[in-house]
Formats: sequence, structure tokens, C-alpha cells
Amino acid sequence: MSSAANVAAHTHPATQDQPGQPGTRGMLTAHGWRSTRLPDVKLLMWVFLASDCMMFGALIGTYLAYHNRSLVPPFPIDVFDIPLTTVSSFVLLVSSFLMVLALHSLRIDDIPKFRLWTFGVALFGSIFLGFQVYEFVHFVNAGLSIHHSLFGTTFFILTGTHGIHVAVGVLWLLAFLVQSYVRPISSKDAVYLEIAGLYWHFVDIVWIVIFTVVYLVEFV
Amino acid sequence: MASSTTAPQASLFVRPNRRTGLVSWLTTVDHKKLGILYILSSFAFLGLASVEAFIMRLQLMQPGQQLVSPDVFNQLFTMHGVTMVFLAIMPMGIGFANYFVPLLIGARDLAFPRLNAFGYWVYALGGLMIYTSFFLGGAPDMGWTGYAPLTSLSANPGHGVDFYAFGLFISGIGTTVTAMNLIVTIVNMRAPGMTFMRMPVFVWMMIITSFMIIFAFPPLTIALVQIITDRTFGTLFYVPEAGALPILWQHLFWIFGHPEVYIIILPAFGMISEMVPTFSRKPLFGYPVMILASILIAFMGFAVWTHHMFTTGLGPVVNTAFSLTSFIIGIPTGVKIFNWLGTLWGGNIRFTTSLLYCLAFIVTFTLGGITGIMVAMPTFDAQVHDTYFVVAHFHYVMGGGALLTFLGAVYYWFPKFTGRLLDERMGKAGFVFIVLGFHTIFFPQHLAGLMGMPRRIQTYPAGIGLELWNFMSTFGTFIMGVGLVIFLINVIHGFRAGKPAGNDPWDGRTLEWATSSPPPYYNFATQPVVNSLDAYWAYKHPETLNVEPIDPRTEGREYDAGGIHIPGQSWWPILASSAIIVGSYGLIYDNWILAIISGFVFIFTIFGWAFEGVGGHHVNPELEGGAA
Repeated sequence: MSSAANVAAHTHPATQDQPGQPGTRGMLTAHGWRSTRLPDVKLLMWVFLASDCMMFGALIGTYLAYHNRSLVPPFPIDVFDIPLTTVSSFVLLVSSFLMVLALHSLRIDDIPKFRLWTFGVALFGSIFLGFQVYEFVHFVNAGLSIHHSLFGTTFFILTGTHGIHVAVGVLWLLAFLVQSYVRPISSKDAVYLEIAGLYWHFVDIVWIVIFTVVYLVEFV
Repeated sequence: MASSTTAPQASLFVRPNRRTGLVSWLTTVDHKKLGILYILSSFAFLGLASVEAFIMRLQLMQPGQQLVSPDVFNQLFTMHGVTMVFLAIMPMGIGFANYFVPLLIGARDLAFPRLNAFGYWVYALGGLMIYTSFFLGGAPDMGWTGYAPLTSLSANPGHGVDFYAFGLFISGIGTTVTAMNLIVTIVNMRAPGMTFMRMPVFVWMMIITSFMIIFAFPPLTIALVQIITDRTFGTLFYVPEAGALPILWQHLFWIFGHPEVYIIILPAFGMISEMVPTFSRKPLFGYPVMILASILIAFMGFAVWTHHMFTTGLGPVVNTAFSLTSFIIGIPTGVKIFNWLGTLWGGNIRFTTSLLYCLAFIVTFTLGGITGIMVAMPTFDAQVHDTYFVVAHFHYVMGGGALLTFLGAVYYWFPKFTGRLLDERMGKAGFVFIVLGFHTIFFPQHLAGLMGMPRRIQTYPAGIGLELWNFMSTFGTFIMGVGLVIFLINVIHGFRAGKPAGNDPWDGRTLEWATSSPPPYYNFATQPVVNSLDAYWAYKHPETLNVEPIDPRTEGREYDAGGIHIPGQSWWPILASSAIIVGSYGLIYDNWILAIISGFVFIFTIFGWAFEGVGGHHVNPELEGGAA
């Protein structure tokens, strides 16, 4: 029943604008006809990420609108530790690289490597979260809390939301890893790892924006 | 039945598989059942909001009345707005889309059936949750726009605002995931041959609406999260004493709120564009222009939000810029009016109830558009801002625009839902009462507003010239109420004893009329195939379109080699949404244990959902002699 060849060979005598038969270049799947060759789940993830852009946009917009409006110290410049955050950002960036390796390994059915790299992504994501927890504790000790000043409020909600995104990603990848031991996994499942990867890279990119706009700009 | 079951996966529950009974409705993933649930729920919420409006109009019938206290009045107008916008009119459009988008594009379901069920349950349960606030110490009372700092804990210590914030947050999640689902469905599940420019206009409007939803809802979500954290965790987002800017709320709210206006009206535009050609027996005039105008509206819809904020002192430059964009957005909207008029022009018109509603829509919406252009002028807006003039304006576009259309759409598509026709005589009687009542209610409000009557006031003194307009307005609610009761009776009568409709009572143009009424659970016995816009019409009337006719119903057998995939029913969507609701009650009442337990239950349900898999089976209706 496959599909592409079948579809291409099928000629409607009545197709309006020949040649090429518009609208028939999709594919048949086990779940029926699909009019593009993009898997549904991948399309869904792209659409979700588009939506998530607006969410982080609103959060970063709020942060910027309240920038320099805090009435009491500590101010950003007092508490930010750029070398430390640079290291944690680097860890997150490396995790994206490992994500690419994990996907590549699954695509060529190299399951041990896939497990190794996926574990690596989750581990590096967790290290990033550890840095974030350390930073949060450090800030709270410096007197900055969620109810202390507008900086505290906007900073913790923005970076906290990002942290939740990372945590969801870690949980997702670990679930993937556990799954691979429970039932056989192969390159056929690569699309599911690919969308986890899309999500992961997106969260990574958002962090680059946050690191630039929230942390680095402070010291310009 | 020729069916094959896909490999079973680990699941906590036995997946129900009966197609009737209560369990089948709770666990359904069928877009038609969910569509009906959506439409019935939204009409139920519409009824509640109408009762609230009716009480408010009774209170305002005479000057100086004390039928309800100012406090209750505040709750009534807040809940009326919240219900109409978020729980009635917008979900009504989404409900119709749920039912008809797959049928119109020749698909068997939405792309993610369980996600669709989740979207419905969070919407319905979230809406009910807001309504429980009436029994739990008072509903929200700061207006549906929830302006800061009226929502702060010091200004509003009751739980009403919490219910508002959590309820809209949760139902917003439902709307967003359903929009994502619709986008994937429309991009990926169009019938073979159905290019984008061969899609029915309603489908076009729904993909545009869905894109607007996914971009417009996140700012609202974040704004709601901000007031939730302000009230629950003591953050300072809207605390002016800490240097916060309450106007930020207005920006975030209207960055969502203005696109929301088009999110509500675009589905209605789509329905009009289906009904008018059908009842004029002509193709839609200027199909590509219609699509282009809608896309332009979608883009411009994100660039006009501060026209809700002309009086907040943003300065002449900002006001001028947004005034200009607001004028510009009127152009594509006007283009559409001419598209519909051009379709009617020279058509072989049948004046069914549906078409009457379409005509009423065109007139009423145009009037609402004219007042819209008026309030787009900052100078004029400064005079009428927060008066009944604005109330009249947005009721003309929302009620006269969206609601009249949806009523017409019920008459149009009821035969497809049930296989029975609604009574045309009752329909026309109801139409006269509803339209007459509508204008009697809202037209005088323009005049009351021009005379300076502010919105959201519980009463007004005698002798300042407002008595007549308010009395007329209240009188109109009785007329419209009679019309709505006739509508309701007609629908109930139609369910029980309507005349059999057959598959294609209106000589329709689009694919939903090519299957039986009501459609079988697999929608189409064979994968439909099209070769033009309005292919089904072209097949029935080969002389009218310059297309060689093909029968969409039989042309695509080779696409069904493996049978039709029917996804399995599932308990997880309703469980996941229930966990969210219970957790929200926990957060509202500072019951952390309940909130945390619900959080874990939610995560558990998500894993259960993921590991359960799509499931289901394949059927091949042709082998059993199938339908349609």
C-alpha cells in the first residue's frame, strides 16, 4: 500500500490543472492519507514552539518593562556572577550538541550510543538546573526574593519558567531512555526523539536570549 | 467487520470501545462527538450569560432601581463578559470547527484525537470551575478585562479573582492545544487533490484563527500567571508601591484581547462564506481576495491593541499610529462585505433561515464596523470611552456578528448533525424576534452612550435623558428572549421529530454533504478526492464550473488499502484535565498538599497517556457493504 508511487501513478482523468496533480504529493500512513510529508507530531511541535515564543516574549517583555524600576537593592549588577552563568550556559549548549549525537545514533540504530548520548543530555540539563538552584539560593541569601523587589519578581518568574522547561525536557528524555530498556526501540522511533530534540534546542536558544538580554546587557 | 487491531500497549485501563452510553461520551476521541459537546456546552454557557444580561437589563430598566446590589451587579457584568467571550462564543466557533473541519477537508478525524478531548475537557471543566465561585464567596467582580490593580489582593481580597485567573488560564490551555491540533489537521490531512487554494473558506478561516490563537493566548496566559503569583506567592507584578506599572496588564491583556476579537469573528466569516454561496447557488465571489483579506486581518489584528487604551495617556504619537492601523484593518473587513454582496448578486437565492441570518449578519456587522471606525479615532474615543456607545459597538460585532452567524450555522448544519431538518417556519419566526430584539436592545445603547452613560454602573438617576433608551433596551431583551426560546424549542423539536433531511438537503458545495447524515463514525467510506474548489458541487452540476466532474465519494479507493484507522477511546484526557482543576482548587485555597498531589497525578496521567499510545483499529466499511 505504499503510497508515494501509488499516488503518483494514479491519474485522475479530470484533474483540473495537469500536469503535476496538485495536492496529491502527500503520503499514505497507517493512520490514513497525509497531504504533506511532515509527520504530524513534528508539525505539532513546531506549532507549539511558535506559541512558546510568544510566552517567553511576554515574560522577557515584562522583565524589560520593569528593568531599572526596582526601588530597593540588590540590583542585577550586585548579584549577577557572569563567569558562573557563562559556565552553566556552556553546559546547556553542550547538551544541545549531545542531543544531535543522540538523534544521529538512533537514526543509524546504534542503540548503546543513543542511550549514552541521551543520558548525557539529561545529565547536562540536570547540571544546568543545579547551577540554577545554586544561583537562586545565592540570590535569596543576598536578600533578593520573589517578593522583595520587581527585579526579584520578574527575574525569578522568567528564569524559573525557563528552568521548568528544562526540567520537563530532562524528564522527557529520561522517560525516553527508560522506554528504550522496556521495549525495543529503533530508527523508526527517531521522529519522537527528533521532536524532543526540537524542544530541547528551542529551550536552549531561549536561554541564549535570556543570558544576553538579562545578564550580559547589565554590564554593557 | 473487517478490522485489525494494532499491537496492544501497556495501559492502566481497559480502553472502552462502546460507541453509545455515558462512558462513550466521557472517553470519546471522535471529533464529531467532541464537536457536539463543545457546541452544547457553549450554548449552555450562552444561556447562563444571557440570564446574567437579562438580570442586568432588568436592574437598569428604570432609574434608581435596587433589584440587585452594586456588588452583585459587578459580579454579573464580569461573569457575563467572561462567559460570553471565553466560554460561549469562542468555543462555539471551535466546536463547529471540531465537527466540520475534518469533514470539509475529507479527513477521518483531527490529527490528535486525544489532545482534542483534552482541549474540550479543560475548557468545560475550567468554565464550570469559574461558575462555582458564585457559591464559594462571590464571583469575580472587576470586569472581564481584569484591569490591574483591581485584581490585587488588597483591592479584591475574595476568591473571585482567583477563579477568574485560574479558570481563564486553564480554558486558555484548552483553546491553545485545540488550535494547534486544527493547524496540524488542516496542513496535513487535506484530501488528495485539495490544495490550500481549494480548501473551503471555513477551513481557511479556522487555520488563520488557529494561528491567531497560538500567538495571542500566551501573553494572556503570562498575564494571568502574573496575577496568580501576585495573589498566591506575593510577587510584585502589579503592586504600584513597589514601582510596578499597572498599565503593563492592559498591554498584555490587549495584545491578546484584540486578536481575540478576530479569533471570535473569523470562524463566523467562514460560516457566512459557506452559507451564502450555497443559498445563492453561486461560487463565492472573489475567493482568493477573501483569503488574502483574512490573512491581512490576522496580521493587522496584532498591531491595533492600544486602540483599547487611547485614554490611558500613551501620547499623541502612539495614539495616531494605532489609530491608523485600526483604520487600515477596516479595509480587508470591508472587502469581505463586498465579497458576500457580490456572491448574492445575480444568485439564484433561496431565503432559508440560514440565509436570513447571513443577511442580518451583513447588516449588523457593517453597523458595528462603522461604529468601530468611529471609536478608532482617538478624539472621538476620548468622548465615548467606557460609555454605552462602546458597549453597543462590541455587542454589534460580537453578538450581531458572531452570534447571529452561529445561529444561522445551526440551521445550516443541523441536518448534518442529526439527519433531521429544523422547522423553517419556526426558524423564521425566531429569526424575526431575535434580530428585532437585538437591535432594540443595542441600538438605543449608542444613544445612551453618546449622552454619557458610563458602562458598568448599577443604576443612574432620573431626569438626565437616559430613561427612554434604557427602557427600550430592556424591552428588547424580552423580544430577543422570545426569539431564543423559539430557537430552543425548534432545536428540541428538530431532534425528536424534525423532517428527515437526507444527506444533502441544501444541495451543498462542500464535502460534508457527500457523506450520510449524521456521518458514520469513520466519516467517509472511501477517502474523498477532489480536483477543484467546490468539487462536490462541480460533480453534481458539471455545467456550472469549468471543471471535469469527478465523484469525490468513490474516486479515492486506492488510498484506503489498509482500511480506515479509528483511534481508541481513552480515559486519560478527562483524568488529566480533572487533575488540573483539582490542583487549581488546591492553589486557590492555599491547600498545598492537594495542589502537589494533583500535580503528581497530572504528571502520572501524562505518562499514562503517552504510554497508552494511539491504539484503535482499522475498519473497511466497503467490505461490509458500508454506508454512503
